[in-house]
Amino acid sequence: MKNSLKKVFKKTFQSILQFSNKYIWLPLEKYIFIPIRKVIYKMFHSKFIHVSYTHVVLFDKFKIKRTNKRQQAITGFGFIFLWIIGYLIFSLYPVFNSLYLSFFKVRLAGSDINTEFELFNNYRAAFLSDPYFVEILINYALSMLLNVPVTIVFALIIALLINQDIRGKGFWRTIFFLPVIIASGPVISELMNQGATTLPSIENYQFIDLIIENVGSFLANPIQALFDEILFILWFAGIQILIFLAGLQKIDKSIYEASMIDGASPWESFWKITLPSIKPLITISIIYTVVSMSVFSLNDVIVYIRGKMLGESTPALTTGYGYTATLSWIYFIVMALIILVFVGAINIRGKRAK
Amino acid sequence: MNRLLGVKTKIVNFVKKDKNRSKSRFKRFLFGMKFTDGLFFKVAIYLMLVGLGYIYLYPMLYMISFSFMTMNDIIDVSVKWVPSSFTLENYKIVWDAIDYPNALKDAIILAGLPALSATFSSALIGYGFAKYDFPFKKILMALMILTFIIPPQITMMPTFRMYANYNLLGSIRTFIYPAILGQGFNGAIYILIFYSFFRMIPNSLMESAQLDGAGPLKIFTKIAIPLAVPAIIIVFLFSFVWYYNETYLSGLFLRGSDMLTLPLRVEQFMVNYASLYPEGSTARELMQSAKLAGNILTILPLLILFFFTQKHFVEAIDKTGITGE
Repeated sequence: MKNSLKKVFKKTFQSILQFSNKYIWLPLEKYIFIPIRKVIYKMFHSKFIHVSYTHVVLFDKFKIKRTNKRQQAITGFGFIFLWIIGYLIFSLYPVFNSLYLSFFKVRLAGSDINTEFELFNNYRAAFLSDPYFVEILINYALSMLLNVPVTIVFALIIALLINQDIRGKGFWRTIFFLPVIIASGPVISELMNQGATTLPSIENYQFIDLIIENVGSFLANPIQALFDEILFILWFAGIQILIFLAGLQKIDKSIYEASMIDGASPWESFWKITLPSIKPLITISIIYTVVSMSVFSLNDVIVYIRGKMLGESTPALTTGYGYTATLSWIYFIVMALIILVFVGAINIRGKRAK
Repeated sequence: MNRLLGVKTKIVNFVKKDKNRSKSRFKRFLFGMKFTDGLFFKVAIYLMLVGLGYIYLYPMLYMISFSFMTMNDIIDVSVKWVPSSFTLENYKIVWDAIDYPNALKDAIILAGLPALSATFSSALIGYGFAKYDFPFKKILMALMILTFIIPPQITMMPTFRMYANYNLLGSIRTFIYPAILGQGFNGAIYILIFYSFFRMIPNSLMESAQLDGAGPLKIFTKIAIPLAVPAIIIVFLFSFVWYYNETYLSGLFLRGSDMLTLPLRVEQFMVNYASLYPEGSTARELMQSAKLAGNILTILPLLILFFFTQKHFVEAIDKTGITGE
């Protein structure tokens, strides 16, 4: 019974294959694939362009050598072709339009936009006559210098912890995926407003009071600030954790075994194997951390800039969109500098180690 | 006598040895053969995991417990964590109001298609940047990172006007077209993730394939892609989550369309609800827990999706036979 069923199945399958070969693939090849190939062949073997194994000949005159380097460049451009087109269509205009407008005085009059050129007036105003902007910016830069390394270290620690042989890996990974979901959505600002992202237990158990009584407030205040910051930081570490986790999975386990046989402790193999292998991912995480903390909608600078854009602040200084574009570009330059500092620091240390 | 002394020293030696042995056994039990498999290390790991996990779980638990509360429980100050009577009323209100199954279907389409196209395009682009040398590569990469670093709040207005000119607003095309060209939400970070993953694959693997006669596309599909499965999964997950959760840009771009993301729908429902009941009425108090129920209904599909995809983080490396360089 079973065999006969199998036979019937096999026969029908074979007949379907034969049918498809005869009536689908052969005609397809004959009428579509071969002509296309011919056209492509003709395109590269015509008068204007002739491609041989060693040379490309243009218009029968210009002979270009087909070197490995040129070939590589062409295939490379082929791969990023999509991005170049997309950049020209979607990204170039908004970026440079905002840069362009940052030199102008822009007023929205109904649906019209009146622009008035004034070279560095906006920039001068941002630094000299804006009472809050520079102060906010300096505070932001200082807090970034503290937050970014702590974020990276915490993300790395958590990724290493989840990567160990532990029970319920799926459960733990899902818990540490929570910040990715929550921090990217509208839920995070809601939770922050309700105070659900701060740990009440630290305040409830008079942990800080204990320190103040025993050591003094000069030590307690930074610790309290750090605790508040750490909770905020941990909420922004979700994506870095996942990036590190995926990177850790890619490290070959036999390298660890070999180093263990040679007598390396786990501590040593972390510094000598794990960290160098995921260094490119650390760079990405730094960029991501700085950007995600900087463009977060409750960030002080963003709140300030948005307030200016909507004209909520002092009317004497609102010059509309042009001025906010200026502020954002200054902000962007500070961000880029911070990223450069961190990425540079990591790479310099790496070079010395070699 | 001498014989007896000999036996005595033997016994003493034996006891000493045994003491040493039990000591070392205890030590091994605590710290393991290579430290990382001992009891001490295990306990430390679980303690840290529980501690850190608590921070993330705390608001979730808060949301869950609140979403099950009845009106009396919310007003009652003495009820803090466990509701006195569980009610599904909040969920029912939200479920009916936003037509959850349909809304979820829309949200999955709205997030899934752009996420798939973003994953596809960024894999190609990241591979191109990682494995090939061409002129202006550094400048192009700098431009790419620049598009990511610029706060979206700046480019908001020109982008909106540009999309209006392209006639893309109000449909899913606003997300798909930029995504397939590598310019979606956070597009640069996906490309960078792929870039660094492909950089981690040894070049000799590609060269040997090239010697065997494989073209660039074949090397990409047969060698690079199978090795980058964790990267593909995280990029897909991130882009899915971001497209699914984004409210600031999608609220602007999708205005006037039938398809809305789930957070936007919940927000819309809250606005409608608030306009129905005046401030200070008891129904208004219920709004908070209905909102939290809506949030949980929004987050739940993502958690389920992640729970089922996270397994594949591990599998990629086992399937390949490369040795480290």
